[in-house]
Amino acid sequence: MDDKVITLGHGAGGEAMRRLIKELFVKEFSNPLLNTLADAAIVKLNQNQLAFTTDSYVVKPLEFPGGNIGKLAVCGTINDLVVMGARPLYLSAGFILEEGFPIRTLERIVTSMSETARAAQVEIVAGDTKVVPVGECDGIFINTAGLGICPLGHGLSESPITEGDAVVISGTIGDHGIAILAAREGLALQTTIESDCASLHDLIGSVLNELRGVKWMRDPTRGGLAAALTELAESQQCDILIREAAIPVQDGVKAICELLGFEPLHLANEGKVVMVVDSSEVERVVALLHRHALGHAAAVIGRITGYGKGVVRIETEAGGIRRLHRPAGELLPRIC
Amino acid sequence: MEPLTDFRDAHVVRQIAQEIAHLGLCSPVRLMEVCGGHTAAIYRHALHDLLPPEVKLISGPGCPVCVTSNDFIDQAISLSTLPDVSITTFGDLIRVPGSTRSLADMRARGADVRVFYSSADALEWAKAHAERIVVFMGIGFETTACTLAATLAEAARTKIGNFRLLSALKTMPEALRILFAAPDVQVDGLILPGHVTTIVGLDAFEFIARDFSIPCVVSGFEPVDLMETILMLCRQIAEERAVVENQYRRVVRKQGNVRAQEVIREMFEPCNMPWRGFGVIPESGLRLRTTYSQWDAANISVELEPPQEDAACRCGDVLRGRIHPTQCPLFGEVCTPDTPRGACMVSAEGACSAVYHFSPVNHGR
Repeated sequence: MDDKVITLGHGAGGEAMRRLIKELFVKEFSNPLLNTLADAAIVKLNQNQLAFTTDSYVVKPLEFPGGNIGKLAVCGTINDLVVMGARPLYLSAGFILEEGFPIRTLERIVTSMSETARAAQVEIVAGDTKVVPVGECDGIFINTAGLGICPLGHGLSESPITEGDAVVISGTIGDHGIAILAAREGLALQTTIESDCASLHDLIGSVLNELRGVKWMRDPTRGGLAAALTELAESQQCDILIREAAIPVQDGVKAICELLGFEPLHLANEGKVVMVVDSSEVERVVALLHRHALGHAAAVIGRITGYGKGVVRIETEAGGIRRLHRPAGELLPRIC
Repeated sequence: MEPLTDFRDAHVVRQIAQEIAHLGLCSPVRLMEVCGGHTAAIYRHALHDLLPPEVKLISGPGCPVCVTSNDFIDQAISLSTLPDVSITTFGDLIRVPGSTRSLADMRARGADVRVFYSSADALEWAKAHAERIVVFMGIGFETTACTLAATLAEAARTKIGNFRLLSALKTMPEALRILFAAPDVQVDGLILPGHVTTIVGLDAFEFIARDFSIPCVVSGFEPVDLMETILMLCRQIAEERAVVENQYRRVVRKQGNVRAQEVIREMFEPCNMPWRGFGVIPESGLRLRTTYSQWDAANISVELEPPQEDAACRCGDVLRGRIHPTQCPLFGEVCTPDTPRGACMVSAEGACSAVYHFSPVNHGR
């Protein structure tokens, strides 16, 4: 249909966005690196393997408990590199600013970008600034691109994902989604939930430096854990069974989800990693994660049950088993 | 008991499932729920998976978004084209297709359509935007009616003159009478809606057991609640009894919430109301009384497009429990949560959406 337009659902990280990417962007730009739809492209250049990625940030509100758009723009792009098993090296930063935007707010945002980058030993080496008239963007939008080198530590294990491999999450899910929701205007929710916005370079580095059993990683951002796991199942054609009771969720997040009808598995995270780990290594991986401040609530949440259908199933707290899909349509626009 | 843990205890749930199996019901029993919250909870917790095969759960007309008729959406769409009108509503409703478009389509084309989690939040927004006429789309049953009545009372008290209600509020008992009076109904037991019964009380549903000999149990929303309710219904069926029982004793009273009933009565009066799948059901809706007509968005005149029904969409049959969502030819192929053709695929509480998201099969992908 020629009269179709973009809806917020196309940016929500669910089924509509997946279709837009596959049926327009991938179709037009098609090449082997892009077509994998990984968090970062792994580019071979001479003897080196580089990881290359980009991400834009439009989160609303700009400042929220646990972070701001600047911290998010640095962490998000670093995380896209480290989950590919790359050591992040350089970032670019592009700013689209609205006429009238307070310089003081911009300073706070840029300061936290520089602090976050420095802590991750990453340099912001290129940038761009554009200003548009009042009303033509909402305060500030930021784009960052990132370049990293592989591998980080031992890198990801080259063994294929097999039946019995464990699925591990590095901590509680849904914190970012609920923090943003609660910080929005027009929703009188009182909660102490903070965004989990954090750079995962050190947490993931500590595992990949010491151990070899990690086969796959993703940071479950938009679309949450459900989207990350469905992507895993579909891309590897493996079947996954997770246990709801094993998934760490803060009580406050659970309560707000119950109140508003959200599914914690659909909520965005900005400082978590989900891993597929060889069953012989999983205990050591979890023990290592537990020692890190960002991984103290890490847990084994399920396992790979076989190959063929590419289906994710969840055993509910009540004990029944059902399918788990990626969320459909608009959940919360401008979550990151 | 802690609602988020004890009422979800897998061990207790399994014990109740065994008790149901031990009743040894010889023929299949069809139990209907008529509350979107129950539909969502049953699928989300995968209770189907735990029940013996002779117990079948079917969804009735309990999801407020699902029973909303096309002409209500069309009216809101027409209002959204007026330059000074903002449409405010609950999230699911904006994706429901009207005759030709949805409110989400209108928003993508520039209409001011805003999602709120409560009517009180929408009223706050109206207060801050006095230059706009803020229309709240009121859907739902007695539960929502009393909160909307409270919001309007607040608007009146604080003299917020730019707030309007477009009401498609419905009352449950009349719809159930029509449903069970139909000759082709196949329901052996009814799970009464927990929230609606909290307001209207158990007595409002006595006629279902009395006139139609259908066992009724009002249920809570946690897995243990629903399993206990199913056990209570199966016991009634096994013992050939039909009475109204209360599983949700920690909340529901025989007379209901009398104060809430008064608040609703003061502001609203019964009216004929169209339901998707049922047509117009006499006296099954709530409209603002004339003394409150200044708040009524139905008084803003707009041109409506001629209502069209999607002939292939079987939402109506799904809502009457005549077919399972997967028996609709559109289900999972043409009609998905991303490309919904019918309301039951839009709402998280809709039967089609629940089956699509939670059932063990891979629909059309």
